[in-house]
Amino acid sequence: MKTLTVSVVTPDGPVLENAYEMVSAKAENGELGILPGHIPLVAPLTISAVRLKGEGNTDHIAVSGGFLEVRPDKVTILAQSAEMPDEIDVERARKAKERAERRLQSQKDDVDFKRAESALRRAINRINVAGANK
Amino acid sequence: MASLRDIKGRITSTKKTKQITSAMEMVSASKMNKAEQNARSFVPYMEKIQEVVASIATGNLDVDHPMLKSREVKKTGYFVFTSDRGLAGAYNSNILRTVYNTINKRHKSSDEYTIIVIGKVGREFFKNRNMPVSKEIVGLNDQPDFADIKDLANETVNLYANEEIDELYMYYNHYESAISQVVTEKKLLPLTDLNEGNSKATSSYEYEPNQEEILQVLLPQYAESLIYGAILDGKASEHAARMTAMKNATDNANDIIDDLSLKYNRARQAAITQEISEIVGGAAALE
Repeated sequence: MKTLTVSVVTPDGPVLENAYEMVSAKAENGELGILPGHIPLVAPLTISAVRLKGEGNTDHIAVSGGFLEVRPDKVTILAQSAEMPDEIDVERARKAKERAERRLQSQKDDVDFKRAESALRRAINRINVAGANK
Repeated sequence: MASLRDIKGRITSTKKTKQITSAMEMVSASKMNKAEQNARSFVPYMEKIQEVVASIATGNLDVDHPMLKSREVKKTGYFVFTSDRGLAGAYNSNILRTVYNTINKRHKSSDEYTIIVIGKVGREFFKNRNMPVSKEIVGLNDQPDFADIKDLANETVNLYANEEIDELYMYYNHYESAISQVVTEKKLLPLTDLNEGNSKATSSYEYEPNQEEILQVLLPQYAESLIYGAILDGKASEHAARMTAMKNATDNANDIIDDLSLKYNRARQAAITQEISEIVGGAAALE
């Protein structure tokens, strides 16, 4: 089976570099599946989980603020944050989720709803990814 | 001539100071190594995002995005990176002097510019001079994560996007080596030098959904990562500057201790000589 090299890079350093058979990610307008030999492509990603399918196992990575650059034999994911399931602090994510929910419900004018909403999405995404491999 | 006890006291206190400065030197050295490492692990991200941005921006000439276009300048933003603590030699004063002079040269009234400052030293400097500070961060980590500065970077870029400022300059100390840091001015926004240093042919991409929307997402991220890069660079410089300053302080303390020891021994010898001559004199008087 042909493989493509996937590297995940964040401002805090590279997170992962490995060979996989397929990458599926959620772009702004829908799910994308990338197989080896794909034409060069650039697409922004939503706050979501990226699934990397390798031989017999699938890795999940929680990304936020990222985009995907595809070359025929290489996929690079650039994200402002990217975490593997075992790196995620579930407790912290849960707290962040509660905090964001409280802020969204408070209905005060001084609350930045957009920010609270994306904080909530990031937290939910982290919790989901942390639970996916168990 | 100072008494033996005075000199001894000064030697002890200088030795204690030396202990502190040499400890601080070592702490800064290890922090500098860490900061250098952080700056290095950021490079792959920066290179990649630069490559993609450049390939989109050069790929077709009709891309249109407010961040790429210069507009009439009504208000200028200055992003100044200083440290929270002193004892870093000329680190802060160099940068503040440069910014202060530039602003005085370029602007006549304080309505024409605004300052975004990181670090207590810078904040106090601008506050004392009644210069407008629109955003500030103090108490930044020694090894900042991207998450720590994301909000600030985001708000700064938004200032430009909302047309509150029409151009943005960054001032920070660029880390050249452990002994040399250079004050650097960088024009961050609008992004004009995208093609710089990128002469190699970039591959043409398919864009999903389209170039405009990717630029919408990508350019703010690019600007934010430039800010983060400057902060990492500045942090490495700060630790390097502090290390050098503390090394000088330790060396000076050594000199002072040597000097004082010499004086102490001389005084001691003089005292002994005097005592002997007193005894000899006393014995001679008895004969």
